[in-house]
Amino acid sequence: MTGSVPGFIDVVMNLNSPALLEDNVITQAKAAGKRIISYGDETWVKLFPKHFVEYDGTTSFFVSDYTEVDENVTRHLDKVLKRGDWDVLILHYLGLDHIGHVSGPSSPLIGRKLSEMDGVLMKIHTALLSEERETLLPSLLVLCGDHGMSETGGHGASSTEEVSTPLLLVSSAFERKPGDIRHPKHVQQTDLAATLAIGLGLPIPKNSVGHLLFPAIEGKPMREQLRFLHLNTVQLTKLLQENVPSYEKEPGFEQFKISERLHGNWIRLYLEENNSEVLFNLGTKVRRQYLDALKTLSLSLSRQVAQYDVYSMVVGTVVVLEVLTLLLLSIPQALSSKAELEVPLLSPVFSLLFYLTFLVLSAVHVIVCTSTESSCYLCSLSWLTAGGVMVLVSALLCAVVSALTKVLVRGKLLSKNAAHSNSRWSELDLLILLGTLGHVLSLGASSFIEEEHQTWYFLVSTLCLALCHDIYRNYLPGDDCEPQRCLHVEGGFDGATPALQDKNTSSAVLELNRGCKSPSSLGTLRGYEKWMVLASPWVILTCCRLLRSLNQTGVQWAHRPDLGHWLTSSDHKAALSVLAALSLAVIFALIQRRCSPASKVAMALGLLGVYCYRAAIGNVLFPWQQDNKDISKGILEARFVYVFVLGILFTGTKDLLKSQVVAAGFTVKTVGLWELYSGFVLLAALLLRPHNLPVLVLSLLIQTLMAKFVWKPLRHDVAKVTVMHYWFGQAFFYFQGNSNNIATVDISAGFVGLDTYVEIPAIFLTAFATYAGPVLWASHLVSFLSSEASSSSALSHAGFCYALIGSFPVSAYIILVTSLRYHLFIWSVFSPKLLYEGMHLLITAAVCVFFTAMDQTNTKS
Amino acid sequence: MKDTDIKRLLYTHSLCIFSIILSIFIPSFFLENFSILETHLTWLCICSVFVTAVNLVLYLVVKPNASSKRSSLSFKVTRFVKCCVYFLMSCFTFHVIFVLYGAPLIELVLETFLFAVTLSTFTTVPCLCLLGPNIKAWLRVFSRNGVTSVWENSLQITTISSFVGAWLGAFPIPLDWERPWQVWPISCTLGATFGYVAGLFISPLWIYWNRKQLTYKNN
Repeated sequence: MTGSVPGFIDVVMNLNSPALLEDNVITQAKAAGKRIISYGDETWVKLFPKHFVEYDGTTSFFVSDYTEVDENVTRHLDKVLKRGDWDVLILHYLGLDHIGHVSGPSSPLIGRKLSEMDGVLMKIHTALLSEERETLLPSLLVLCGDHGMSETGGHGASSTEEVSTPLLLVSSAFERKPGDIRHPKHVQQTDLAATLAIGLGLPIPKNSVGHLLFPAIEGKPMREQLRFLHLNTVQLTKLLQENVPSYEKEPGFEQFKISERLHGNWIRLYLEENNSEVLFNLGTKVRRQYLDALKTLSLSLSRQVAQYDVYSMVVGTVVVLEVLTLLLLSIPQALSSKAELEVPLLSPVFSLLFYLTFLVLSAVHVIVCTSTESSCYLCSLSWLTAGGVMVLVSALLCAVVSALTKVLVRGKLLSKNAAHSNSRWSELDLLILLGTLGHVLSLGASSFIEEEHQTWYFLVSTLCLALCHDIYRNYLPGDDCEPQRCLHVEGGFDGATPALQDKNTSSAVLELNRGCKSPSSLGTLRGYEKWMVLASPWVILTCCRLLRSLNQTGVQWAHRPDLGHWLTSSDHKAALSVLAALSLAVIFALIQRRCSPASKVAMALGLLGVYCYRAAIGNVLFPWQQDNKDISKGILEARFVYVFVLGILFTGTKDLLKSQVVAAGFTVKTVGLWELYSGFVLLAALLLRPHNLPVLVLSLLIQTLMAKFVWKPLRHDVAKVTVMHYWFGQAFFYFQGNSNNIATVDISAGFVGLDTYVEIPAIFLTAFATYAGPVLWASHLVSFLSSEASSSSALSHAGFCYALIGSFPVSAYIILVTSLRYHLFIWSVFSPKLLYEGMHLLITAAVCVFFTAMDQTNTKS
Repeated sequence: MKDTDIKRLLYTHSLCIFSIILSIFIPSFFLENFSILETHLTWLCICSVFVTAVNLVLYLVVKPNASSKRSSLSFKVTRFVKCCVYFLMSCFTFHVIFVLYGAPLIELVLETFLFAVTLSTFTTVPCLCLLGPNIKAWLRVFSRNGVTSVWENSLQITTISSFVGAWLGAFPIPLDWERPWQVWPISCTLGATFGYVAGLFISPLWIYWNRKQLTYKNN
C-alpha cells in the first residue's frame, strides 16, 4: 500500500503490527473522503485504525482454522454489494494461507478452497457490472495474493514460489477485443500502489518506488495517459532527490527531463490542434520516453540500500565484544576449582579510567547526535538511558582492562614458575576447538548459512568418529608411554592448523578436571557393557544418518524427497500412525526409568493424550476409525496433555525445592531434575509434528547411550560433555526440519490447544517447538551432570562453558553482519540468521539462568 | 642408520608422488577425452592402481622390515589373501562411513565406492605393505607413542593427512559456486589425494627436523 520496499526488520515488526504511519494509498483515499470498508484479516484494522467506515476483523494467527475465517468475510458480502454506499471494499481471505501452513500446497483442501474463492469472485464481478449500469464510473476489481507458498506451505523466504503471486485487474474500463490473448507479465508488487492511486484519482504515496502499470491506463485518451505518467515520474523524481545526493547524474533523472520537454512540445501541438496523426506519433514517442524514465527511476530507487544506523550498531557491537572478551579472559578463573566469576568493577585503580572513558563517550555521543541528520536509535533515547548505555560500555571496558592485567600478571608468574606444557591435547579437544572455530568462520559465507545443517551434521559425525577412536584406544590395551612422544598423533593436524598456537587461552577449558581422570576405565566393564560401549558410536552415527534423511532442509537440496514428506502425504496416513504410536511408546520406555511412580502414570496418560490430539486434528488414525471422520481443533485433547505437562513440571519443581529446603538428599534432586526434563519431553511430543516424533525418540536414545556408554565409562570432563550437548542440540535443531529461513518455523505449534490467538502462550509455544532440540539437550545436560558429576562445581562449570560456546558464534556473527551489511544477500540470508541467533541467544541465556539456579541449590544443600 | 633411513624414505615418497602425477598425464595418451573432472571415475581407478603398484614394488624392493622368519610359499599366499580381504573390508568400511556422513545411499553408489577404494589405497595399502595383516601392529602404530621406526612414523603422517584431506574436501560441497569439482565425491577425492601427497611430502621433512627428539624403542 505504501509502494515502498520493506526492510527485513519489518518481519519482526509485522508480527505485532502497529499502525502504519507512512504515506499510503488507504490514508490518501481516506483523506480524499472515500468510504472504505474492510473485512478479513484483523491486521488491516490495526494497520489503518479509524480508516474504515465499517470493518470486521478476523484474527489471522489461528492457522488451524480455514473455514470460519473466510465465512466471516463472505457473510457480509451480499449485504454490502447491494448497498453500494462505499468507494473501496477490501476483502482479505485467509483460508488458503492457513491451509498452506497446516497441510502444504498439495493438500486436498486447496482445490475446494479455490473453487469457493471462484464463486466469491463471480459474485463480486456480477454485482459490480450491474452497479456500473447505474453509475457512469467504471469499477476496478483487484485480485492479488500477498505472498506465495513454498513447497512445505510456509512463506517468508525469497524463493520464487514464495515471492511470486498472481495479480488480476478486472474492469470494464479496459479495452480488450475478443481473441486478444495476452500472456501474463511480471510486474513488481510495489507497482500496485502507484496504479491504485492513479486509478482512484489520489496522490501517489510519497515513498512509493513503483511505476504505473501501463496496461491499466491504455484505454484512456493520449492526453490523460501522458498526464498520469507525468504525475508518476514527478513523484519518483522527488523521491530520488530526497534519497540520492547526486540525483542529477542519475540516468532516470535525465530521461525525466527529456520526456518532460517532449511532453511540453506535445501539449503545445495539442493545443494548436494539429493533425491527429502527427499528434499521435509524437504522443507515442513521449509515452515511450516516459515509460523508460519510469522504469529507470523505479529500478534505481528500489536498489537504494537501506539506511543503516551505524552509530548505534557500533555501540551495540562494542558492548557485545566487551562481554565476550570478559568471558574469554575469565576462563582460567571460572574453570579453576573454586569456580568463581568475579568481575572486578570497583577496583580503585581503574576508577579514573572509568570516568575518563565515560566523559569521552558522552562527548562523542553529543557530537554524533547533534551532527547527524539521519534518524538514530541511540539519539532518540532519553538522555538518562543513553547515559546508562555509556556507563555500561565504560564499566565493561574497565573490567576488561583489569581482567587483562590480571591475566598478564599471572601469565608472567606462570612462565617464571615452570614452562609446563599445554601439550596434552587429545584429538577430541582439538576437534572441539577446531569445530567451534570452523563453524564461526563458516558463518561468513552465505551458502554455509543456508546449509548450516550440513556443518552441524558433519561436525556431529566427526565427533562420533573421534569418540569411537577414543573408546577403542581406551579399550584396547596399548603400552603406556613416554610423555615426550605424545604429540605425535597430532603431527598431521598441527601441519594443517598453524593458527592453533595463539588459541592457548581456550586450552584451559579443555584442561579442566584432567587431573581426576583415571587412566584405565574400561577394564572393569563386563562383557555386554563392553560391547555396548564399542557399538554405541556406530549406533549414534546410524541414528544421525536416519534423522538426516527425515527432513531435507536448507536451500540447495531442500527439494530432494525425504521421509518426512512421504509420511505426511495423505496416502501414507497409516504408516504415519504406526510410526507415531511406536515413537510415543519408545519415548515412554526411555523416559520412565528414572521417574517417580506418580509422574510415570502422568507421562503415560500424557503420551496417550498426544496421540488422541493428533488423531483429533486428523494427522493420524485410530485403528478402529474410518478415514471420513470430521476434523476438529483438538482443544480438549491438547489441554488434557497440558494438564499432565504442568503436573510433571510442578512435581519436579516441588522436588527441587524440597531438596533445597529440607536438604532431603541427592536422589530427590536428581529425580526432580529428571522430571523437569521429562515434562519438557512431553511438551515437545505434543508440539512437534507427528512425523518429527522419531527425532524426539532418537534424541532420547542417543542421550541414553551417550550417558551410559560414553560419558560415564570414559569419564569425559564437564567442558567436553557440555560442548557435545551443545553440538548435538544444534544438530537436532536442524534434524527437526528447521533452517536459517523464516519459512520453516512451524507457527501452527503456537495454536495447539488454544481457541483464539493469545499472544504470550503462542509465542512461547512456537519458540519451544522450534528450539526443542537445543532445549532438551540442555536440560538433559543439567540432569546428567547433577546425577553423575563428582565435583560440586560441575554445574557452574557447565553453565560457564555453555554461555561461552553459545555466545562466541553470536558475537562473531554480529561483527560479520555489521561488516557485510551491503552484501547482496543481507536481507534474504544473513538477517533471518540474525533473528534465529538472537532467539537462540535468549534461550541460551534462559538455560544459563537455569544452570545458575541449580548451582545455587547445589551449594546450599 | 637414521639418516640413511630418512633418505630412503624421501626417495620412496618422491616415487609415490611421481606415480600420482603420472596417473594424471599418462592416460591422456591412451584414452580420448580423458580429464580428471569429466572422466573422474576412470582417473580414480587408474590412480588407485598406480599407487598400489608403486607401493607393492617399493615394498618388495626396499623391504623396510625384512624380518620375516617363515617364508614358505603357503605362508606367503595366506598372507596375500589376508591382505586382499583386509583391503576389501577397509573399502566397505569406508563406504559405510561415507554413507553415515551423509553420502546418498542408493544413488551414486559406484562413485562413493570408488572414493572408498581410493582412500583405502592411500591409507590401507601402505599399512598392509609395511605392517602386514596384523591388527595388533596397526593399533600399536596408530595409538599414542607406539611408533618404532621412521617408516611407521611416516606411515602415520601420510595416513592421517589423507584422512584430513578427505575430510576437508567435503567443505566446498555446500558452496554455491557451481563448479564441476564440487560434485560428490570429486572434491573429497581431490582432497584425499592432496592430503596424501602433502603427507608424503611433509613426513620426511618433519622427521628430519625432529630427528633429535625422536627416539624409537628398537633403534
